[in-house]
Amino acid sequence: MARINSQGNHENPFKGNNLVRLGWFLIAAYLVYSFNAMGLEWTRIVEGLGHANALLDRMFPPNFSRWELLLSGLAESLEIAIIASITGIILSLFFGLFSARNLMPNWISIPMRGLIALCRTFHPVIIAILFVKSVGFGALAGILTLVVASIGFIAKLFAEAIEEISLKQVEAVRATGAGFASVILFAVMPQVFARFIGFATYQLDSNLRNSTMVGIVGAGGLGGTLFSAFQRFDYDFVSAILITIIAIIMIGEFLSNIVRRIFS
Amino acid sequence: MQTTINHHWQRFTLKQKLARYSVYLVLVVALVQSMQTVEVIPEFFFDAPEQMADMFGRMWPMEWSYYPLSVHDAIVETLNIATIGTLLTLIIAIPLALMNASNITHSAWGHWIARFFLVSSRSVNSLVWALLFVSIFGPGVIAGVLAIAFRSVGFVGKLLAEALEEVDMGAVEAIRATGASPTSILIKGYWPQVLPAFFSIILFRWDINVRESAVLGLVGAGGIGVVLNDSMNLFQWQRVSVALLAIFVVVILAEILVVNIRKKLI
Repeated sequence: MARINSQGNHENPFKGNNLVRLGWFLIAAYLVYSFNAMGLEWTRIVEGLGHANALLDRMFPPNFSRWELLLSGLAESLEIAIIASITGIILSLFFGLFSARNLMPNWISIPMRGLIALCRTFHPVIIAILFVKSVGFGALAGILTLVVASIGFIAKLFAEAIEEISLKQVEAVRATGAGFASVILFAVMPQVFARFIGFATYQLDSNLRNSTMVGIVGAGGLGGTLFSAFQRFDYDFVSAILITIIAIIMIGEFLSNIVRRIFS
Repeated sequence: MQTTINHHWQRFTLKQKLARYSVYLVLVVALVQSMQTVEVIPEFFFDAPEQMADMFGRMWPMEWSYYPLSVHDAIVETLNIATIGTLLTLIIAIPLALMNASNITHSAWGHWIARFFLVSSRSVNSLVWALLFVSIFGPGVIAGVLAIAFRSVGFVGKLLAEALEEVDMGAVEAIRATGASPTSILIKGYWPQVLPAFFSIILFRWDINVRESAVLGLVGAGGIGVVLNDSMNLFQWQRVSVALLAIFVVVILAEILVVNIRKKLI
């Protein structure tokens, strides 16, 4: 009679793994080191939780009585986001084209890639600070910041998308005697346009988020209103602003989903 | 005999075209409207290159002696904030991801609760989270760590939930058929399949967190941002440039590290 041999494979499937144990040990050691290095104390955290309670108490209910201030900040944020996104998207169309290694010679693409990498390395807030110092407080600094941020993000992804295209179509269009502009318009763009729209709508979303934030360092928009509300301890107004920001970002995501569906 | 093709081929239907052109139209109208109402002083714009040149001129030469004085410790603190923040994120994001994945949690309520937390976490910028936590815990590292953690929850939770939903259910069902407990199903059915995605999500987020933690100090939440803010408020531009260079180098190194680890993992 055939019998299933249950003696053989008797290894415990839940057996511990030394590598995993080492990982846990390293994480624990790191936590002990960093808590010491940064002077984190449990008492302070517990004390803070009491403050959190008080803060939440003061944040609710949200106070929308100064809705005019809220609306003007919001309008400025939207304006910054729209102008910066459209300018940034159009600029990164060219930046992306010029940094694609399969279309451009090295002496154009390498400096372009460097420029894009530079745009991407610094956080928008740092760029915003530099622009506030050089062009003064207000919406202009915010617009310039988000243009730089958009170039750093879209131009890079767009260049990568162009590098993945099929060169057969490019060759076919070129064989008809088409010039450079026609090759770009009729051979390259149709292959990458849908992805470009995807990046662009994503960037519109993220510019919307960031436009509510650059105001914290003085670059215009709802962030400035939020920051001054924080500094004046108007926490009920703070929560009203936060709710507005979350709502506007959700609407933005909804709209960009529609746009993505139209262009896909 | 010759037949003529009198059919005009079109790439898009009329409806598609209308939809596309209306998007363009809305964009143009929005742009024109914004350009007209936004308060920008054109003189400042044309003056910008000169002002920028002046600012960068004042940053030079860099004050290298400032690096060991306070920039180095601040940079290490920034890295610690990013790392602990990322670890803390996992504790909150993993349960939310499990609640958000439709093949693990079947209740609609669970999805909505999880989605609410994930979306709020993503909508509030890390600087705003930092402001909130600074007003709770006072200026310092704790606020920075919590700001990073709460901002990352939305990102990690959403991507992890998507990875969980793409899991091959065959293996999970097989384990369930042996009578395994829910914990065992999670550990032996789902976990091995999402492992690569999990690590690549964390590494990606850690890279972003290094960038973000560098600016949290501007609102008092610790790290290199505090040094940057102080030197800027005192107009010590030669120190500002040292801090900026330090941030630049750390961000580049973090990115190189992450790219290399991901190459090995995947």
